[in-house]
Amino acid sequence: MYPADVKYTKNHEYIKPLGDGTALVGITHYAQEALGDVVFVDMPEVGAAFKAGDEFGTVESVKTVSEIFIPSACEVLEINAELEAHPEYVNEDAYGKGWMLKVKLDGALNPELLDAAAYEALVSAESH
Amino acid sequence: MSELLKTPLNAVHRALGAKMVDFGGWDMPVQYPAGIIAEHVAVRTKVGLFDVSHMGEIRVKGPQAMAFLDWLTPNAVVKLAHGQIHYTAFLYENGTFVDDLLLHKIADDHFLLVVNASNVEKDFAWVKQHAAKWDVEVTNESDQTGQVALQGPLSMDVLQPLVDIDLSQIKYYWFAFGKFKGMPAMFARTGYTGEDGFEVYCPAEKTEWVWNELMMSGQPLGLVPTGLGCRNTLRLEAKMALYGHEIDDTTNALEADLGWIIKLQKGEFLGREALATLKEQGFSRRLVGFRMLEKREIARDHMDVLVDGKKAGYVTSGSPSTTCGFNLGLAYVPVSHAPLGSRIHIDIRGKACEAEVIPTPFYKRAK
Repeated sequence: MYPADVKYTKNHEYIKPLGDGTALVGITHYAQEALGDVVFVDMPEVGAAFKAGDEFGTVESVKTVSEIFIPSACEVLEINAELEAHPEYVNEDAYGKGWMLKVKLDGALNPELLDAAAYEALVSAESH
Repeated sequence: MSELLKTPLNAVHRALGAKMVDFGGWDMPVQYPAGIIAEHVAVRTKVGLFDVSHMGEIRVKGPQAMAFLDWLTPNAVVKLAHGQIHYTAFLYENGTFVDDLLLHKIADDHFLLVVNASNVEKDFAWVKQHAAKWDVEVTNESDQTGQVALQGPLSMDVLQPLVDIDLSQIKYYWFAFGKFKGMPAMFARTGYTGEDGFEVYCPAEKTEWVWNELMMSGQPLGLVPTGLGCRNTLRLEAKMALYGHEIDDTTNALEADLGWIIKLQKGEFLGREALATLKEQGFSRRLVGFRMLEKREIARDHMDVLVDGKKAGYVTSGSPSTTCGFNLGLAYVPVSHAPLGSRIHIDIRGKACEAEVIPTPFYKRAK
């Protein structure tokens, strides 16, 4: 639920650095659970540049819609095209098949991001 | 926040891994681990089991029960046979809604009204207040009554082995009393999904047992527990109104497209005068069904309807539709844009997205 190799935002996005200056961005397991069945992910264009905290798209589930925000300054290298046909990957495997963006990091990782332990504490506080 | 109300099945839902939400002050399952889409499909193709114990039950008895209810509600109570049910409403004098309900006729002097959970206190006070002038006795049995809804084409196969009456003899919108494994219960062929199904009424303390028996009987047939999430998408496809969305104290029964429950010819009833005037003079807006033309655009509750770039109405319910395969909704629009084929726009987060007015219900089961 809270893999150690990713960093988390308070808005329930994650960023997973791949070690070569790139990273994967998506929403957390907790976020997908709160949304329920995802039916559509609206994503930015390849090449778009964002600052930490910028809105980069929306996730639509059967019940609701949620805006999603960039964890750390970056440029979009690739979007997960599989999600067009299989939005349910976000529910089934948020940190794996459900990734949304592959990005090139712009500078150091946002220092405000949470590690797994801090994020787990945040989630358990929110769900009680 | 005040303590949420719990149905007798609260612990059962939690044990099943349900995601619980505050629904009108009740702690209710919005979905189980299968998820809303899988639960929706189960009801359309097999069978699902809903906890609807939060619904309110108001009993009206007495020599004037039929005359009283015929005056209190707009549908023709005198036309109902014993064992028959109809959909109706409590209306204010101006024709807007106190609530909508199912009215069950047990005998000329005995009726059971099933009302929305969030409105039980208001409805009971409403009926009580008007009953003062009539020879009737009104009781609120909501807390003592459990209710589960078995919905889907295989409902009868699940329920029949457990009961001592022939369920095939109960027609849609009729009910009968019988025994559920020896326990007296009421079986109504009704529901809020657009599918065939039965709503089983029993004493509150027996609800968990009834639920477990149904789950066991249904498991080989693909029965799954189903939550309020799919209940909403199912009722929306069937264009069944939801209080607080399509209908409330600001919308009247005619513009809500519920003219079929308004029997102006039957004589006096509460709200009649206002509705008769509205019918004669016409009204400015109407509830319609629409589909989004772009497959990625999803209208949601409370979004604005735009006509010529200006706010001209609002979405009462909007959702992706699993059965139809497109995104649909219900909205109040100006009567000029109510005809089928009309184009309207929905303001989705600042973007005007095109939609077409289409026939409802969006989904109708094959008979």
